[in-house]
Amino acid sequence: MNLPESFRIALRALAANKARSLLTMLGVIIGVAAVILLVGIGTGVQDEVTGSLEGLGSNLLFVVPGQYEGGMGGGGAPPGRRFTLDDAETIARRVEGASAVVPVLQAGATIKAGNRSMRVVAAAGNEQGTEVFTSDLAGGRHYRRGEVQAASRVVALGDRVARELFPNQDPLGKQVTLNGQRFTVIGYYQSLGGGLGGDQDSQVYIPITTAQRLFNLNYVSTIVVKAADADEIEVVRRDIRRALLPSFGDEFTVFSQEQTLGILSDLLGTLTYMLAGIAGISLLVGGIGIMNIMLVSVSERTREIGIRKAVGARTYDILSQFVIEAVALSVLGGVFGIVLGWGGAELIAQTTPVPTNVTPWAVAMSFLFAFAVGVFFGVYPAWKASQLDPIVALRYE
Amino acid sequence: MGDTRLARVVLETRDVSKCYYLDGVEVNALRSVDLEIRQGEMVAIMGPSGSGKSTLMHIVGLLDRPSSGEVILEGQDVSSLAPNELASLRNRHIGFVFQAFNLLSRTSALANVELPLVYGGVGGSERSRRAREALERVGLANRLGHFPSQLSGGQQQRVAIARALVNDPSIVLADEPTGNLDSRSGIEVMAVLQELNEQGITVVLVTHDDRVARHAERAVHMFDGRVSEDGPVADRIMAADEMALLPPEGATG
Repeated sequence: MNLPESFRIALRALAANKARSLLTMLGVIIGVAAVILLVGIGTGVQDEVTGSLEGLGSNLLFVVPGQYEGGMGGGGAPPGRRFTLDDAETIARRVEGASAVVPVLQAGATIKAGNRSMRVVAAAGNEQGTEVFTSDLAGGRHYRRGEVQAASRVVALGDRVARELFPNQDPLGKQVTLNGQRFTVIGYYQSLGGGLGGDQDSQVYIPITTAQRLFNLNYVSTIVVKAADADEIEVVRRDIRRALLPSFGDEFTVFSQEQTLGILSDLLGTLTYMLAGIAGISLLVGGIGIMNIMLVSVSERTREIGIRKAVGARTYDILSQFVIEAVALSVLGGVFGIVLGWGGAELIAQTTPVPTNVTPWAVAMSFLFAFAVGVFFGVYPAWKASQLDPIVALRYE
Repeated sequence: MGDTRLARVVLETRDVSKCYYLDGVEVNALRSVDLEIRQGEMVAIMGPSGSGKSTLMHIVGLLDRPSSGEVILEGQDVSSLAPNELASLRNRHIGFVFQAFNLLSRTSALANVELPLVYGGVGGSERSRRAREALERVGLANRLGHFPSQLSGGQQQRVAIARALVNDPSIVLADEPTGNLDSRSGIEVMAVLQELNEQGITVVLVTHDDRVARHAERAVHMFDGRVSEDGPVADRIMAADEMALLPPEGATG
């Protein structure tokens, strides 16, 4: 008997028990949809994070205190000493290839305007901050060098902050308070859009010197260095090491953009695999459902198997008939699952800030996995069917 | 018909015994059975339950293998073939008619008759042409698309006979073919079998019913796993004559 014939027989049997076939498929549908959806979210987040970092340009170096062995944090010793503004000065003075050196500090704060208030993250840098971070002003200006030196109480608002505090008003020149201190709004930014970038819309930007006073801190968390020439980045890295060596020894680390990307990418990749694994388990459960229903089907159709054998069906014919039935269930479930998962991923991407990216790779893998589940869990019931003695099977009531 | 003793032997059992274990007890179902079935014969295998006639039918039908002895089908010893080889031989040489009809439900009469051709590798238009032909031979040309549940018992059994015929087998093996039928349908089915036999098809009838057996030309009596008697049927019943005596259809309800 040929394969198309087996397919016809299998599909007819599935159509004869529509409700049962559908419920059995549901296990696979949910499993495959879960794999596609979760991997889609994982990949989407990964793309977004690496994409937004890449947007910063490939000629950035991040200098942080403490030793990190290239890998994913945790292994390093806690920083013994933090950077100060003087260290940023030192780098700016001694590293020739650096076109911008920006000391960075971030802290939570409460911003108030009139009777409106909200929690924000205050991100602080110097006047060169605009060279290393992407930002588009919607109105006003950035803080200037003089304001950084004088620790002026000026603030630029992220898009969301501006909207919340000054709905339908121009925030420029308005007074706000940050942790109780009065600030003048000098600018506000365009929205950076949804996704993880949405966070930046909830930030406010103040000079680093102002931030140190406001939060009563004397250090900076990171120093960002921009190399004038992306090709010279290793030279700049070496020069930074030299500049900091006298006062810090080995107790600091210079990350390049690539390293940061690599670390994040690794982390998010692992997370994606974990999600795929969890979803895969539900697919496995779906497979057990298929095996269960196939076993029921085989014992229900014992007489049919007897008839088929009596008129000349060989072991292989019966085996292939039932395996194809199981595979048809899982593959059909797989196709529905892909449609559902893909649709769900699109829906999430459009209605929530969570980015999703359904890759052909994920689709192919989950489809193949569904197929494999069908074969794996279909073979045993089919084998049982094919081994039935026709005499016993014909007598079966 | 003529003298079938001169005809070719289609199937022969030589010193065939079958013993099996049922709950640990040895059962000698067949003891040294010698039987010849010739081309064009209509043979009844008779006997009470436990006489071994079912076991003999399974062996003649190539559904089972003997414990010892030889089964010769068309000159070939098939007693030690593997199950898959037996399946292929069944497909080409044996047509089964069962007491319980054993049609596939939710499958049209035509598709049921096509089944042996499916496993015989006959495809496409040839398959459907031969299945139609077989259904025409049993008088069901107008029931091709009907499902078994839409057919009467007698019609279902005739579909089963068409299925048995479709591969042009050496033997049509009918196991209590009238057992599940009312007397009118039973007579109709016997008439179909006798008619096919007239056309030269070898028919083996397995039954415990003496009256059914008398439709055959030759009766083989089984008792305690042995052939106790083997000879021509003295007063053979012709189903066509019985039909003439039946009250007109409708009167029987």
